[in-house]
Amino acid sequence: MTVRTFIEAVREGMAQEMRRDASVIVLGEDVGKKGGVFLATDGLWAEFGDDRVIDTPLTESMIVGTSIGAALNGLRPIAEIQFADFIFPAFNQLVSEAARMRYRTIGASCVPMVVRAPYGGGVHGAMYHSQSVEAFFTHIPGIKTVVPSTPYDAKGLLVAAIRDEDPVLFLEHKKLYRSVRGDVPGGEYTVPIGRAVVRRPGRRLTVVAYGLMVHYALEAAEKVADEGIDCEVVDLRSLRPLDRETLLGSVRKTGKCLVVYEDNRFGGYGAEIAAIVAEEAFDYLDGPVSRIAGPDSPAMPYNHILEDWFMLNPAKIADAIRKLAAY
Amino acid sequence: MTITGQEGDRKAGTLAAEYGLADADLLAMYRTMALARALDERMWLLNRSGRAPFVISGQGHEGAQVGIAWPLRRDHDWVAPFYRSIATCLVVGMTPRDVMLAQFARASDPSSGGRQMPGHYGHPGHHVVSVSSPVATQILHAVGIALASRIRGLDQVAMAIMGEGSSNQGDVHEGLNFAAIHRLPMVLVIENNGYAISVPAARELSVRDVADRASGYGIPGVVVDGTDVLACYTASREAVDRARRGEGPTLIEAKVTRLTGHSSDDQQSKYRSESELAEGLTHDPLPIFRAQLREAGVLDEAAEAAIATDVKASVEGATSFAEAAPDPEPAGAMDHVFGDPAAGEPPPPWHPTPGGASGSGGGLGA
Repeated sequence: MTVRTFIEAVREGMAQEMRRDASVIVLGEDVGKKGGVFLATDGLWAEFGDDRVIDTPLTESMIVGTSIGAALNGLRPIAEIQFADFIFPAFNQLVSEAARMRYRTIGASCVPMVVRAPYGGGVHGAMYHSQSVEAFFTHIPGIKTVVPSTPYDAKGLLVAAIRDEDPVLFLEHKKLYRSVRGDVPGGEYTVPIGRAVVRRPGRRLTVVAYGLMVHYALEAAEKVADEGIDCEVVDLRSLRPLDRETLLGSVRKTGKCLVVYEDNRFGGYGAEIAAIVAEEAFDYLDGPVSRIAGPDSPAMPYNHILEDWFMLNPAKIADAIRKLAAY
Repeated sequence: MTITGQEGDRKAGTLAAEYGLADADLLAMYRTMALARALDERMWLLNRSGRAPFVISGQGHEGAQVGIAWPLRRDHDWVAPFYRSIATCLVVGMTPRDVMLAQFARASDPSSGGRQMPGHYGHPGHHVVSVSSPVATQILHAVGIALASRIRGLDQVAMAIMGEGSSNQGDVHEGLNFAAIHRLPMVLVIENNGYAISVPAARELSVRDVADRASGYGIPGVVVDGTDVLACYTASREAVDRARRGEGPTLIEAKVTRLTGHSSDDQQSKYRSESELAEGLTHDPLPIFRAQLREAGVLDEAAEAAIATDVKASVEGATSFAEAAPDPEPAGAMDHVFGDPAAGEPPPPWHPTPGGASGSGGGLGA
């Protein structure tokens, strides 16, 4: 075990898979010599060369569409979208093409491709470098969406995503890149896609989160623990496919469920979690399934006061926990 | 060399030899065009008689499609075609049965098992990328296939094919730019029939020839007469050879005519005049190629009749085979969402499952 930052774990996962499997390539904007704007691909160009680490023009649709074609012809591309906010030009390729290729060819073709995208706010990124885009893609059958919260999971889930036979959107919270450290095995391992994990066991109330919000939820749980509210924190890790068993098992035990997500509240991914809990754990609930999420402004404003207003934090989550616990 | 039609005593084999082909090739090309046309016409009959809800047609495009696809190495090179590419798909190995199974949306339709509209062909075994309905997306798949071909040292060429309407999409710009930068083994074919559904070329293109845009990427742009099958063949052979030599992409624009409405749901007389439609008929590649082959002594009455009989039997056989083939079952409609069925979404446990199928897993199941 070595202590690694989140971004070091991402980089190590890619490098190890590229050494193991010559069909793995990386393409995206500034991923070559520069090593990516966050340095996620730092060193890969030097080790694997021009053919396997490809600097692209500023063309997100091309990055994803070309990756789809390369995947159809035997490669396993890792496409980097520089910021998740810039993924929308590639939306058509992801939704109309990558996600449907297997279905529309009755399983004869598949697209083993990973699209990595740094997402999330609280980094002074303003309206176009802060967004959470998961809800657009978790809505789409045929594409998997994964959001790790720890360095261990970042590497293990990324390796699993690279080896997956289907397209995987791999969302990395920018604020975790260098703020979170953790033990990461040096060797090969995978964290299976589709398995959630209970980060903190508790009896009174379930808090469901993913990405950066897992850390905030854990801090919030510590705050309210002193007040006698014993929270269980579920880290979903994989948004689609969803680990219903862990989610529903927790809610059936605690009887209360708070869903935390950084994205705009209306129609966000957490709404689906709330609906599933309401449908499938109804008999166990003794309070309304609740959500705490970003406000429904079109995006996160830049000014730091406004950014703080938009972003969830442990205090806001703790307040929501208190209200639900008191129901 | 040009075909003047003046040499009454032209010997059999001369025309073919001018293009590095044999008479058998020319006859096979003609037969493929005739087959594509006959299948297409049968689809319309099926539609108008209420046996198929939708048709999208390649009539008028067959000469360009056959000539341009002919130089490809079957099951080795790739095509990323579009919804008019019926003749292209026949050239690279799909069969009349495959076409008709798609038309009837049967379970054994190799393109999509009845999941897509007719005309959305695909066949991984023959390296035909599955066609979707959003236009021009396939150029990027061809670029990616070409990239993989080069990285893996496979010596394959990828050909993307679309209409001039599609050529206006941003993916075309992004794809050509990238393919040209890296000199990828790729060819973009634009079948310009002058209309994007109802909008004439003058209202959708700022230039007369889409091929002019090639210069913006530093690649060759070639215009060919889509009624001249052998000119199309020549242009394509040069582009394919060039791509295979590692010299990069070529844009080939074939001027064709659209002999039918955009689809079975379109009435083109609303936006095209009678005289224009009549003029379009004079650009039908099938009789033009037939006349050329007769003139060259490649096709005589007996051979033509034999091909006609053979094509008719093929269409009849494919139609009755496909019409009798079973429909897909709702029980299988959730198959192939993901490779791992457990990754699919199950309905809530108290919901009936579609078609009585067992749940696809992944749920609580209790």
